Amino acid sequence: MGNEHGAAMSGEPLLRVEGVSKSFGGVLALSAVDLEVNAGDIVGIIGPNGSGKTTLVNAITGFIRLDHGKVSFKGRDITNWKPHKIADMGLTRTFQVMRPYYSLPAFKNLIVPLFSRRARRTGGWRGGGKMGSRDTVAVDILEEIGFERDSYVPYKVASSLPTGYLKRLELARCLALRPEVVICDEVFSGLSMSEMASMVPLIEKLQMEGITLIMVEHRLRELFRLANRVVVLNFGCKIAEGTAEEVMAYKEVKEAYFGSEEVLTYV
Amino acid sequence: MSAGKQDRRKERVDRGIKVRTDGVYAVSSWLEITYLILPRLALIVGLLVAPLVLTAFPYWQRVLSHICVYALLAIGFDFLANFVGLVSLGGGLYIGVGAYIAALLNAHFGLPPYVTVPVATVAGGILCTVILFPCLPLRGVYFAIVSLMFPLLAPRIIEALDVFGGTDGIVGLDGFSSGWVEQYLMIVCVLVAVFALRRMVTEDVGLVFRGVKDNDQAVKASGIDITTYKAFGVFIAATLGCLGGACMAHIYMWAGISQFGLDYSIIPIAATVVGGGGTLIGAVIGCVILVPISELLRDFGTLRIAVYALILTGFIVYKSEGIMTYVTRKYEQFERWVEI
Repeated sequence: MGNEHGAAMSGEPLLRVEGVSKSFGGVLALSAVDLEVNAGDIVGIIGPNGSGKTTLVNAITGFIRLDHGKVSFKGRDITNWKPHKIADMGLTRTFQVMRPYYSLPAFKNLIVPLFSRRARRTGGWRGGGKMGSRDTVAVDILEEIGFERDSYVPYKVASSLPTGYLKRLELARCLALRPEVVICDEVFSGLSMSEMASMVPLIEKLQMEGITLIMVEHRLRELFRLANRVVVLNFGCKIAEGTAEEVMAYKEVKEAYFGSEEVLTYV
Repeated sequence: MSAGKQDRRKERVDRGIKVRTDGVYAVSSWLEITYLILPRLALIVGLLVAPLVLTAFPYWQRVLSHICVYALLAIGFDFLANFVGLVSLGGGLYIGVGAYIAALLNAHFGLPPYVTVPVATVAGGILCTVILFPCLPLRGVYFAIVSLMFPLLAPRIIEALDVFGGTDGIVGLDGFSSGWVEQYLMIVCVLVAVFALRRMVTEDVGLVFRGVKDNDQAVKASGIDITTYKAFGVFIAATLGCLGGACMAHIYMWAGISQFGLDYSIIPIAATVVGGGGTLIGAVIGCVILVPISELLRDFGTLRIAVYALILTGFIVYKSEGIMTYVTRKYEQFERWVEI
């Protein structure tokens, strides 16, 4: 990779989030959150339910308008850009709730991203510019991501696939755009132990291929194995940042997850 | 419910011939070729022969042209509603805009119908898309309400400003050179539209359209601008409607404010419900059934709407899937009771 990383290599982080705030009515979902992601990183975002993780993802990828703050990607200000333009720049995301075309074969689900301008420009996956039929490229992408072609998994109807494959399908939708950054919104949740065991190496493989990953997760054990930096959110504020060991040592993090001691004694 | 009935369920199995001829066209016998072609041929030949059969009834020949106009609208409606996710009640707008553009070109510039109809089709499609463009972020019933506003608004504007002939409309247009030209033009347009759209929705671009309907967030996240595709969808539907409108102006040699009528917005929906949504051909079949009924009911005066409503209710209650979906199922699958 590294073909489009030019700006990011010169000290500037690939993705920079500065003082991002968003409130829904009276609820402050994000308050002045900062985040910097360098090329090649795996950054984890954790926090209790309702702490603003998905809102942050939505804010970065343009799915909600910001009240304050600035998001820049590859040195360009992308604050409040339309989602499709942000995706077109190579910043893609998965969704927590997967909604594939259940009635269609799995590979047909990748036709939509492969139809986009970015996929035409970049040649989908590693096709090298010239695209074959989109169906062929789609099956190749799915095979890369663990849909066994020999047992015809890419050709199976999406409704017949288990959650693990649907999560991968969601990831494959991002990879079809040949992204530089993929924001994974809870790709580990709802997976069985064996599905998880194959998902972790997959993420590592993506990192080796030069894709920068931001992972919003509840499954801390797997996340800590992968992430080289972890950001903790609580009530829309960033309360800690650092390596896995560092953030777990924070008093605020423990309180956020397990409640504060005062409350415990009170109970 | 009896115990015996609970242990059984109805199983639907694809017929062997359907499986063999599906997808991979390993068609090996005349029987299979016939199986594939017969339904399509029935529609094509049926429509092409209809004017000949109706030679003795000129009134019903005119009704046939009317059916085709409604069919074009209904195809557009079905496409927009079931593949793009926009329920459009703008049928009256499409017909009116198409008719007025054709009429103006014909009356003021003296252009013949074979020029005015294509120009009105394309220009009308663009104009309607521009008019509806600000409403595209709306969804579901909200888009329906706003799109209905335009056909209601347009006649009032024409009346108030007294432009385009005001309430009299534009009269004295050229007609088509003969009734045959008129009918076959319409029929060919309907057939081309329905088969072209059916093809398109199974292509890659059709999947993008369906994505816009089913999961617009994922389409956005895939780097595709959904507004562009919605506008493109509206353009297709509006173009079909304007084609119908332009032909209508030349058939009646007149364009007037009644061409923004509510019928053009409502009957396409009814036809799609009766024929089966999402099949496109169902919309045509719906029109073939409903428009003649509507003509027969003219004697009832305003009671027509009541009878119409009854038919529609009956279909929604007893055959909500629509004729086309039902017939396709019977054609492609057999049913049997199996023990659980």
